[in-house]
Amino acid sequence: MKQGIFTITENTALTRDMYKVVLAGDTSAVTAPGQFVNIRLDGFYLRRPISVCDSEPGKLTLLYKVIGHGTAAMAKMQAGETMDILTGLGNGYDITKSGDHPLLIGGGAGVPPMYWLARQLIAAGKSVSVIMGFNTASEVYYKDEFEALGAKVFVTTADGSMGIKGFVTAAMPEVGEISYIYTCGPEPMLKAVYNASDAGGEYSFEERMGCGFGACMGCSCKTKYGNKRICREGPVLVKEEIIW
Amino acid sequence: MVSTQVNLSGLILDNPIIPASGTFGYGYEFAEWYDINILGSFSFKGTTKEPRFGNPTPRIAETPAGMINAVGLQNPGIDKVISEELPKMRKVFHKPVIANIGGFSIEEYVHCCERIDKEDCVGLIEVNISCPNVHGGGMSFGTSPEAATEVTRAVKAVTTKPVYIKLSPNVTDIVSIAKACEEAGADGISLINTLLGMRIDLNKKKPIIANTMGGFSGSAIFPVALRMVWQVYNAVKIPIIGIGGVTTAEDVIEMMLAGATGVQIGAANLVDPFVCKTIIEELPAVMAKYKIENLSDIIGGAH
Repeated sequence: MKQGIFTITENTALTRDMYKVVLAGDTSAVTAPGQFVNIRLDGFYLRRPISVCDSEPGKLTLLYKVIGHGTAAMAKMQAGETMDILTGLGNGYDITKSGDHPLLIGGGAGVPPMYWLARQLIAAGKSVSVIMGFNTASEVYYKDEFEALGAKVFVTTADGSMGIKGFVTAAMPEVGEISYIYTCGPEPMLKAVYNASDAGGEYSFEERMGCGFGACMGCSCKTKYGNKRICREGPVLVKEEIIW
Repeated sequence: MVSTQVNLSGLILDNPIIPASGTFGYGYEFAEWYDINILGSFSFKGTTKEPRFGNPTPRIAETPAGMINAVGLQNPGIDKVISEELPKMRKVFHKPVIANIGGFSIEEYVHCCERIDKEDCVGLIEVNISCPNVHGGGMSFGTSPEAATEVTRAVKAVTTKPVYIKLSPNVTDIVSIAKACEEAGADGISLINTLLGMRIDLNKKKPIIANTMGGFSGSAIFPVALRMVWQVYNAVKIPIIGIGGVTTAEDVIEMMLAGATGVQIGAANLVDPFVCKTIIEELPAVMAKYKIENLSDIIGGAH
């Protein structure tokens, strides 16, 4: 965990409400895909937790959805402005468990953490499939970026306006061999994925947080392995410990 | 040379800065951010007789200049706190700690205070009387002078360390409750706990917090806390720990001028994990600016 001041180098809209912000700063505490950062914004009391989309030395990429006043204010920020960010929060995904044919499933605003994960798994020589689920074609983002990494990409839309019609589970039979599943998205989607495959996996959960670093107990959940804080022992839980 | 030392019923602190219960765990999370031995002390996570998971989530909501929490006293229970948390705490914090104790009956308060009183690392016991009394129709112990008296007497009878009673602001007359605690033998008063508040999610048209209501804290409540410290200082002779919305070294001085001997910092720790370190580092310069040589000289100085 580290606190740092980051400078915005790019802050652009990918779709109507998904934005991409690229930041320059110290990323040394960001150690695993699936971790998140916690951003302080002028005029807002609590920080905004945002998952890491990509990280390399000195450069952090975050994709965020404009949901409330805080993220709307963030979308208006310009290159050159700075942000106070806590980095290296949460456990992240364990890439050593992937096997040779990992499947990465992201739903809506849950797609971003799959990017750095896919990049790392492909660099490790794995054959990576990615399912990206959206409501409709105008919400789709980052499809080209995942394909450019060399992942086999399946897009699903609930209305059928792009790719396979239905939810992410509609694409799962198309994937072929699945050695392990990494997923992030709304809880009903996580549950559907959980029920749709016998493969082991890691599931990333979301919860309203106070601090984001384990102090306030605001985001606690029960698991088969005891009480956990989504911000600290999570946000990634292994399939075997999840209690629905 | 300026002095920041203060005296809480014989417990001498290097400075009055104390992270508030529930915002600092048992200390070791914050020891990853900075050396927490610079603190005056800290009040550890509210501890009860039995382990508690607390309330369902969402437990947190944001407000203008503050936040609402309904964690519900999640803690591993007094036995595990003593056997597991305190040993971990002692590795990173070498000063006397403040033990924050909650309870839902007189028996629970007595059980926990009697046990924690025997721990060498505990310098002071802070009793949270904002919890509902399960034998009293669910009314909080902190809402009546009689119930506050009963808890204070019972706890004082089984302890040797200073006992501070932490008061709820959600009452019609906090002064009468503070006086009742003093008369029952309390060594000091901590105030205020959080103010009852709520938020509603406009999309779902339902309360944001699963428990509907929660405790409102953060810089927005500072003037309310300051006013209550002022009122209680006028009415009691025992030391006061001022709590509520403190965010800066200037706030600390203001709280002390109103009558606080110690000052707790709560919600601000959750937003800026370094806030207590920053306050401690800035205190000497801010004292110099306001021509204060000895912090303990200004306690109640605005009266």
